[in-house]
Amino acid sequence: MPDPVSLEKLPLRQHATVAAIDWARLAIPESRRLRELGFDEGVHVEVLHRARLGGGPIACRVGRMTVALRRGVAGAILVAPLAG
Amino acid sequence: MNAAPMVALVGNPNAGKSALFNALTGARQKVGNYPGVTVERHSGRLALPDGRPVELVDLPGAYSLDPGSPDERVTRNVLMGTQIGERRPDALIVVVDASNLDNHLRFTLQLIALGLPVVVALNMVDLAERDGLVLDPAILSEALGVPVVSTVAVRRRGIEALKEHVGAMISGGARAKVPEESAAVEDIVAVQRRARSIAIATTVSETPTRRWTHALDSIALHPLWGMILLATILFLMFQAVFSWATIPADAIDAGFGALGAAITAQLGDGFIQSLLVDGVIAGVGAVLVFLPQILILFLFILLLEASGYMVRAAFLMDQVMASVGLSGRAFIPLLSSFACAVPGIMATRTIEDEKDRLTTILIAPLMTCSARLPVYTLIISALIPNTPVLPFIGLQGVVMFALYVFGVVGAFAAAFFLRKTVTQGASSGFMMEMPKYQLPRLRDVAQGLRSRAEIFLRRAGTIILYSTVALWLLLSFPKPPVGSPVSPVNYSIAGRIANGLAVVLKPIGFDRDIALALIPAMAAREVAVAALGTVYAIDNPDGGVGQKALAANLQKRWSLPTALAFLMWFVFAPQCISTIAVTRRETNSWRWPAFMVGYLFALAYIAAGATYWAAIALGL
Repeated sequence: MPDPVSLEKLPLRQHATVAAIDWARLAIPESRRLRELGFDEGVHVEVLHRARLGGGPIACRVGRMTVALRRGVAGAILVAPLAG
Repeated sequence: MNAAPMVALVGNPNAGKSALFNALTGARQKVGNYPGVTVERHSGRLALPDGRPVELVDLPGAYSLDPGSPDERVTRNVLMGTQIGERRPDALIVVVDASNLDNHLRFTLQLIALGLPVVVALNMVDLAERDGLVLDPAILSEALGVPVVSTVAVRRRGIEALKEHVGAMISGGARAKVPEESAAVEDIVAVQRRARSIAIATTVSETPTRRWTHALDSIALHPLWGMILLATILFLMFQAVFSWATIPADAIDAGFGALGAAITAQLGDGFIQSLLVDGVIAGVGAVLVFLPQILILFLFILLLEASGYMVRAAFLMDQVMASVGLSGRAFIPLLSSFACAVPGIMATRTIEDEKDRLTTILIAPLMTCSARLPVYTLIISALIPNTPVLPFIGLQGVVMFALYVFGVVGAFAAAFFLRKTVTQGASSGFMMEMPKYQLPRLRDVAQGLRSRAEIFLRRAGTIILYSTVALWLLLSFPKPPVGSPVSPVNYSIAGRIANGLAVVLKPIGFDRDIALALIPAMAAREVAVAALGTVYAIDNPDGGVGQKALAANLQKRWSLPTALAFLMWFVFAPQCISTIAVTRRETNSWRWPAFMVGYLFALAYIAAGATYWAAIALGL
């Protein structure tokens, strides 16, 4: 299995599962909302769109939902890319 | 109505709750407010198959019982029975999006744990099927221990079955248990895992299909094409507001003119005639003319929201908003504020971060709302020459556009400074579910437009009616003695107040007449137009009334620097009682509305003064 990367760095359309979430890097309301939107270890994720090359948000699929996140938050989510 | 059992419709945002609510209640709906907060309370009458009435309440969408926003707090409080002025529901209809089961089931599990009778509406099963997802409601029902009905709210599928379950729930006499504390604070991760395992068990088969939402998003969220699309939509929106509204607006204007003439013909000149024609009809008519513009603007906003595009716009704008310390979410309320700051400020309820929300509320009045249009249109058409600047583009259009730009630039600058000072805090986040694209339902959009129109008409019928009548009274009394050299306006109460105010406003180029128009315009900006008309009409009764006479008066009495200063004043001045009142309600204090009024008046004074003196220096 490839090494874990942050969700921020995951290539577009590359399927992955969440390996770990660095909750300590996130504000309390942020981590609550992240959990409510379904982020959890073992969940299937995929980056669908990036706003632009700078610091804009990313849109990613988590479970069956599409969620917009800022890069800072995505950087706290460590994912393991799936082969294929 | 009060004796009827109450059933609440509850679920995640984007579960199709409102469409289900419309399908269950039809047109029998009421939109009110929960006391103390501006969260709208949507209720309606649901007739059971056996004819018994039930009061159905559509609670704001929430992700959990742990409230993040004021909206979610209302949902939680109603469910707990602690919302002031609201009964605890007798039963719940929990709405879940069939294609989003694993996420929506977590909230469902929390809701079932409350101990109220529950029926689950497995909604939008058609969209789930289109996505290649086959679900078994029987397995879901068994796992949850409550009845499950498959529904497609927009096609009325499953509605009758749902009503039968509601009937059974409220006849069952199942008493609502007071929720145990543990139910609300249960470990969210554990609930989430249980929800996911139920979702997996319920899913019979899943064929991955390339969803068309993704294809549309490839354009809508594209760094370049997405921006071009957004700019095009906004351009069309403002184009529509200015061009489509002309015909109905002219018709309304002509209607009020005819009404005034008819009353004058019936009653002849006199006290009652003057009160009705110069006060009521001139004032309320001047405002109702803007109903078409406001409705067109709201039509666009409702369509953008119902289609799912609004969240994409927020996504695109997030980086720009972040540069002044706001989140992409603020884009939605700010865009609504171009129609009217009141619904715009109410739309900030979905912003979770308190400082972020407060900043958005404080700058919302800087967006050029439709109430400024009558003021801008009158002054520009009367005093700005329409010399061509570029082919097809005249100076009048450029000035109008510049006023919009000043508002937006002012708002961003204000947000930047507010975030560094009074609303200082950690940079806000942006985390949003992006719903699937949907064709907006005509009926749901019409329902939304109807309630907006009602709110506007109620405003025109109360605040604006009272303030124009009050101004008419203050301007008409006391009357100067016959043969007095003092003009009627100077002799009146309003004239005396304005003479005092004019001393303060003189340095920025405003005279007594303008001061006089600004006083009642405190109620609503558009009143300034009616007020100027009334002032010049009473001051010079032989000058005629109507737009042409008013424009002639302005050309005779106003200099260009004064006109430009007046326009700049209206870019910034917080002249709107409704906005101040809604800010008071939304921030739950007088401190923030007072601050807002203070900083905006200061900006208005400085901007108008600077414009006036710059224009004089340039020899305009």
